[in-house]
Amino acid sequence: MNNAPAQPSRWMALANPTRFIALTDRLVPWLGTAAALLLAVGLWLAFNAPEDYQQGITVRIMYIHVPAAWLAMFCYTAMAASALGTLVWKHPLADVSLKAAAPIGATFTALALVTGSVWGKPMWGTWWVWDARLTSVFVLFLMYLGIIALTRSLDDQAKAARAAAIMTLVGFINIPIIKFSVDWWNTLHQPASVIRLDGPTIHPSMLWPLLICAVGFTLLFLTLHLMAMRAEIWRRRLIAMRRMSARRAEGQAQ
Amino acid sequence: MLALYLREIGLSLRTGSGALTGILFFLAVVAVVPFGVGPDLNLLARIGPAILWIGALLASLLGLDRLFQADREDGSLDLILINDHRHMLALAIFVKCLGHWTASVLPLVIVSPLLGLFMNIEPLGIVAATLTLLVGTPAITFIGAVGAALAVALPRGSLLVSVLILPLTIPVLIFGVAASRGAVADPDPFLPPFLILTALTLFFAVIGPLAASMALKGNSD
Repeated sequence: MNNAPAQPSRWMALANPTRFIALTDRLVPWLGTAAALLLAVGLWLAFNAPEDYQQGITVRIMYIHVPAAWLAMFCYTAMAASALGTLVWKHPLADVSLKAAAPIGATFTALALVTGSVWGKPMWGTWWVWDARLTSVFVLFLMYLGIIALTRSLDDQAKAARAAAIMTLVGFINIPIIKFSVDWWNTLHQPASVIRLDGPTIHPSMLWPLLICAVGFTLLFLTLHLMAMRAEIWRRRLIAMRRMSARRAEGQAQ
Repeated sequence: MLALYLREIGLSLRTGSGALTGILFFLAVVAVVPFGVGPDLNLLARIGPAILWIGALLASLLGLDRLFQADREDGSLDLILINDHRHMLALAIFVKCLGHWTASVLPLVIVSPLLGLFMNIEPLGIVAATLTLLVGTPAITFIGAVGAALAVALPRGSLLVSVLILPLTIPVLIFGVAASRGAVADPDPFLPPFLILTALTLFFAVIGPLAASMALKGNSD
């Protein structure tokens, strides 16, 4: 028998927006500094990494392109987890998290597409091919835009949150398709070379800068995400306060 | 459930947004293509199955936003929603999707051989394209049900629904076209993409109504 009063778990304690904002206020400067440091180190290493024997200097696009593509998927996964949080646990911040993540994810996806295009032009001789990886990432970009449009098209926040959460979950089937597209279909895009069962196949001299860049980008995403969530919470408070004052003014006029 | 199915067919046929408009739109899309790419019969034969698929996809998106809106307006949506058991709601939506498909998408599939003739596709290709459309278009309706359920709350949601739904239908389009091309072009196989297409339809037959029922529950006041 457990007679102790039910302690709210830490996870649920975050549901209090004031506490969450206090936490982000403390976290964001650290995260931002760490992201900036790691990105600086990673990019410095990247510029000193050896050139690829086939691709020459253009291989350095990889240090931006791969982390951006990885984050495009990571961000969508985070959104899908938030969607579960909205639908299953009704965590009040899950909806804020989803809404805040969508524009960031769209930006990273666009970055991955653009850098991939810039890389593809000298390597493949074309800006764009309709192969499986490129097409599925493009579909991901469209879905980000659709979800952004959906979150902004409804006035009622609770309804918008549910609608966006359902759409996000249904679209999540695209993520494994992106991940395995290069293995399932034999296409122009090179197969996975970092996350493999038999270990990474790229040389450590290139792997380390790539990993540091990836971690730096991830921290950058976390910083931006927390900042966007904070802004969204403030925005909602502002709307609520405006409504209250409008109601009060109405009451006085009568 | 049978009554719901028949009612759905009757509704779609009567509101005018159903079969005839869809077929006309399908016809218009297919007719526009030769003007766009030029009347080269060999080229048309090659891209014909793809044109049929794109036309059918766009035409079947047309009436989708009405799937739940008519019910919402006359109040029967609330009656369906009151049915508290979650799986019953999903089943009801599944049946509504089937009815919608029979009334407004099946006619498209039926006229597609005729349009295939216009596109100069060879007979075997026409049969294959029609078969893939028959098997693949239900998937579009099931995916569309999610969008339609989300759109019930939106004031003018039909365009947004199409934007949200189209990316999700791309796999269906890819395998539908791959299978119908595989029947004609020699090295490409017909059966594997066709089986994947069937699997997609079955997959979305489960996911679509479930997600749509969640969306409808969320939107009901």
